[in-house]
Amino acid sequence: MPEQKPGQTVVSLRGLHKRFGALEVLKGVSLDARKGEVIAILGSSGSGKSTMLRCINMLELPSSGEVVIGDEPVRLKKRGGGLAIADRKQIDKIRSRVGMVFQSFNLWSHMTVLENLIEAPIHVQGRPRRQCEDEARALLQKVGIGDKSGAYPSHLSGGQQQRAAIARALAMHPDVMLFDEPTSALDPERVGEVLKVIRALAEEGRTMLVVTHEIGFAREVASRVIFLHEGRIEEDGPTSEIFDNPGSPRFRKFIATVQHG
Amino acid sequence: MMDFLGLVSFGPDGWGLSLLFASLVTIAVAACGFLLGVVLGGFAAWANLAGGTALRVSADTYTTIFRGIPDLLVIYLFYFGGSLLVTSAFNALGHAGFVGLHPFVAGAGAIGVVSGAYQAEVFRGAFRALSKGEIEAGKSVGMGRFLLFRRIIAPQVLQYALPGVGNVWQMTLKESVLISVTGLVELLRQSQIAAGSTRKPFEFYLIAGAIFLLITWLSQHIFERLEKYTSRGVAQEAS
Amino acid sequence: MMDMAFLYDTFVALLSGVPLTLNLTFVAFAIGTVLATLLALMRMSRIKALDAPARAYVFVLRGTPLLVQIFLIYYGLGQFRPTLQHLGLWQFFREPYWCAILALALNSAAYGSEVVRGGLRSVPKREVEAARACGMSGLLLFRRIVMPIALRQALPAYGNELILMVKATSLASIITLTEVTGIAAQLISSSYRPVEVFIAAGAIYLAINFSLTRAIAMLDWRLTPHLRGPAAATGKMEGGSA
Repeated sequence: MPEQKPGQTVVSLRGLHKRFGALEVLKGVSLDARKGEVIAILGSSGSGKSTMLRCINMLELPSSGEVVIGDEPVRLKKRGGGLAIADRKQIDKIRSRVGMVFQSFNLWSHMTVLENLIEAPIHVQGRPRRQCEDEARALLQKVGIGDKSGAYPSHLSGGQQQRAAIARALAMHPDVMLFDEPTSALDPERVGEVLKVIRALAEEGRTMLVVTHEIGFAREVASRVIFLHEGRIEEDGPTSEIFDNPGSPRFRKFIATVQHG
Repeated sequence: MMDFLGLVSFGPDGWGLSLLFASLVTIAVAACGFLLGVVLGGFAAWANLAGGTALRVSADTYTTIFRGIPDLLVIYLFYFGGSLLVTSAFNALGHAGFVGLHPFVAGAGAIGVVSGAYQAEVFRGAFRALSKGEIEAGKSVGMGRFLLFRRIIAPQVLQYALPGVGNVWQMTLKESVLISVTGLVELLRQSQIAAGSTRKPFEFYLIAGAIFLLITWLSQHIFERLEKYTSRGVAQEAS
Repeated sequence: MMDMAFLYDTFVALLSGVPLTLNLTFVAFAIGTVLATLLALMRMSRIKALDAPARAYVFVLRGTPLLVQIFLIYYGLGQFRPTLQHLGLWQFFREPYWCAILALALNSAAYGSEVVRGGLRSVPKREVEAARACGMSGLLLFRRIVMPIALRQALPAYGNELILMVKATSLASIITLTEVTGIAAQLISSSYRPVEVFIAAGAIYLAINFSLTRAIAMLDWRLTPHLRGPAAATGKMEGGSA
């Protein structure tokens, strides 16, 4: 992917539909994410927000629609009732530039934290081991678990594992970071330490799309908020506007319910 | 092709009848061994779970030895050793000369002892899988030890043990061909005889294999039926 | 009434069969493992043309006794001697050693493939997903993520297959090979002292199996520090700070 200019579109979704059997989860979703934006994606369960996120790096394949990363449209072909990957190499290349952080961390359990971080940079990006190791240690220091490089994931708390997962995504030098409910699987006490790291990344100017339930976090850190309801984008605008003047009654209801539990 | 069918026909020139009879011998010797194994295995499992140190060590020694030594050696021990025993017994009673222990008895004994070692492990595992809560519930309503065993423990152990026991049966069935070294005319030995006589080892060993496949396949079916029957009260996981 | 001198002599005589026993075990096991992995991959490929033959193979090989398979190869194929000679394969099939290796490997592969399959299926989907998200796919994904995890999962059960292989080599004695059981059979018929021979031979097999079990347990221990507590895994700690 060529060097990005500020304001340039990093990710573009056009008319995404996604069907699981009879159930239509995405009903025509379009979105342009620009460099430097921190987009919070909100919505109730089943609204399709995770599915939409996962269509960006093709962990889910849309039934129809287009996905463009940078200025490269993802090559798909028609198959069955939907679409399939047409160019494996393109997908792998794209994925190495799009970092993803999962709800359940998904660290490789048989490798140490350090090994988790250097695995893809060495074997997918072909970078020299020494360089990857040095960077990895610096990243671990940055997310606050510099002393855990030799530990195995099972020895870490949930918060530490998620921070390691974030470091792993950063180790690939991604152009955009995707977060799929990064704090949903954490104990309440652990949520803070992970949000702190994500906020720091936002302040660095990284392009990020964050699916989250943490409304407070969205308000403080996101530059833009998207609200999904039943597979459609109902709200999409700058954070201040969205929260001060919520347009859709459903969104107002959503905020109220989530905030007051 | 017609040649082939002629080989297994039931007429005077065909080996069909002998093979059929030999198959029955195979099933019989395997079954006898297996049943012996159920008894020995059950006892060894009990000794391991409920016995004192001496019993436990003996049971463990039994299962370790007979799962770690090739069946063929055990068969040699039972056949030759057994024959020696029988001979000395007969000699002591005044009959001179060598008396052999019938290969069927030696064979069934040998594979029975081996089968028992494996079954002991199956029963142990099955017992451990038992829910402590159910036993406690039985105790708390005043069930005596024997009643508890009969109505709560035994049926469940049986149910959990069934798959493992089914595997041991398949194993015992296949191991029974080793008894052919003693001269017992079970399926493999009969195939050997037929092969030697007709100079067609390939056909006859193929036939032996096919018959075994049939027997194991039938056994599998029967055990699956049994498993369905014994677990009829238990909610099955959606596959 | 045990004759210790005889027991000792028997023991020494039997030891000479150990190299062949171990040779048969490891060669057949190695070949069988490669075949087992191949079969497991065929079974998991979701391509009918690969899955069906693999299933049939496993069904037949596991449903028939090993000795029948050995006889089929050693005696049965002898029936086709002219054809095999023509193909230049007779040198191979006339040797009891190679027939035994072939039969043992083919049989072990059938059982082993189920273990390998279990290992492959146990790989957590989310760890595969994380690897895909980093741009891994195909052979790289298999080699770096799937296989190491599957291996660790399958090791205990596959180690058991090795022990079973040791015992299976005893059947080679029936087609004239003089490994431990073969020598034992000769000693029994010549000395008529089955109990002593059994004890000596049994002790040797138990010793072999015990050593192998320990070796596998050690390998398992070394490969799975991630399953033990932090203190126990200290052996692999990275040194201090940069």
